[in-house]
Amino acid sequence: MSALVRELRRWAVLAVAVVLWELVTRAAHDQNFPPPTTIARAAGRLWFSDAFADHIVPGVGRMLVGWAVAAVIGVALGVALGRSRAAMAYLGPVFTFMRSIPPPLLVPFFVATVGVLDLQLPTIVFGSIWPVLLNTVDGVRGVDATKVETAQVFRLSRTQWTFGVVLPSALPKVFAGLRLSLSIALILMVVSELVGSENGIGNRLVRAKSDYELPDMWAWIVLLGVLGYLFNTLLLLLERRALAWQPRHSLEAKTLATGG
Amino acid sequence: MTTMLEVDGLGHTYQGKDGAHTAIDGLSFTVRAGELVCVVGPSGCGKSTLLRTIAGLVRPSRGTVSLHGNRVDGVPADLAVVFQDYSRSLFPWLTVARNVEFPLRGLAKAERVARARDALAAVGLDQAGRKYPWQLSGGMQQRVAIARALAYRPALLLMDEPFASVDAQTRFELEDLLLRVRREQDTTVLLVTHDIDESVYLGDRVLVLSKSPATVVADLDVHLGGARDQITTRASEEFVELRARVAGLLQGKQATRQPVHK
Repeated sequence: MSALVRELRRWAVLAVAVVLWELVTRAAHDQNFPPPTTIARAAGRLWFSDAFADHIVPGVGRMLVGWAVAAVIGVALGVALGRSRAAMAYLGPVFTFMRSIPPPLLVPFFVATVGVLDLQLPTIVFGSIWPVLLNTVDGVRGVDATKVETAQVFRLSRTQWTFGVVLPSALPKVFAGLRLSLSIALILMVVSELVGSENGIGNRLVRAKSDYELPDMWAWIVLLGVLGYLFNTLLLLLERRALAWQPRHSLEAKTLATGG
Repeated sequence: MTTMLEVDGLGHTYQGKDGAHTAIDGLSFTVRAGELVCVVGPSGCGKSTLLRTIAGLVRPSRGTVSLHGNRVDGVPADLAVVFQDYSRSLFPWLTVARNVEFPLRGLAKAERVARARDALAAVGLDQAGRKYPWQLSGGMQQRVAIARALAYRPALLLMDEPFASVDAQTRFELEDLLLRVRREQDTTVLLVTHDIDESVYLGDRVLVLSKSPATVVADLDVHLGGARDQITTRASEEFVELRARVAGLLQGKQATRQPVHK
């Protein structure tokens, strides 16, 4: 009962906002701001048409593949380099510099090097790898001295040390990095499709704008919000499973803080 | 009795930013198989350095450590350590049973499970195997760390201030648990502590260290017998007298045979 009430309360503000938006846009009659019901009709028409297979699936696929590649490389590299003080002394500044470049600025570079039609995947991978990599390094470095000595005393094998001690210690930070990377991957998916792509959500968004189909454009924007929320929630569920060993209260606090 | 541990002329000097710091110097002693020897010394005297050199975690600047005749160079295969900080020493992502099994790689799965079960039963935690460490009290967590060390079946068990982070009541329980378990399993134990009463209560022998750089100032036999009791043993004349001697030695006085009452 209380869980249901809490859930309803969480969505109440959004519901009220949508109703207000509906009333205001109906009163204003501004073409740029179609009422939510109009957008919903456009969304219902577009999301469940051929566009699903032609644009949504390729777009989301690129995002997930790019993010997964970034995650695998980022975690592997982070674990390999993070325990080496020398490696991080040399590479740390390089990584921090790379991360400081706003990821969408990579698009012109990839336009020039791989061409407009193939730039999406490299842009997503290159842009979203840094939070995973740097967070993994950070987590891997933070293995406390007593665990290091415990591992030495019990003469743990290299595999046990890496996968049984270092990686689990770093896991909370790795997940924080994965979520940051996922939101960057979503942004880069759209931005790279806006610049030039045969298909994808960004491609549809530009098309709708140039055709003055504003309800359609809004429908694609709403879809991006829905996708962002959906993937973040799925990742949080995965995180909660993977970090089930952590004391409950800390997880609940984190969930509240991130609102999801 | 055969010699389990032999420490000969052991010394260690740290090279720091503010110059060299000698933590221990010219330490020599032996521990026989089956003995429980307590090392007591003032805070910061280099007790931890001593323990870490014996464990092979720190390579000493001078002198040698031998475990059943073999020179220690790197961590020996049959040595276990119980650290003071159980919350950091246990792996929070593993259940209690998995924590105890974890170092037993190389053994068959059934053997690992059986050993972990026996060790947990020995420390009175047979029901807690599926729990995570954070679900247990501090004293119970330290019991898990002790069980992990026992399941490893070490020739020598090192304990670094193992009961310094639990409350007084739990401390008494864990002390008695250690006495019972080492008797049952015939384990050789070297326990480092700064608590005089604890060193006398637990030890077959007490090694008293000087201030840094630590040297052995006394090697005292404890004649309290095998069965000890928190109330009667601590009130016995032998205990009170030994405690006073150790306290005097720690303050740099000559050993005295006069009992001192509080």
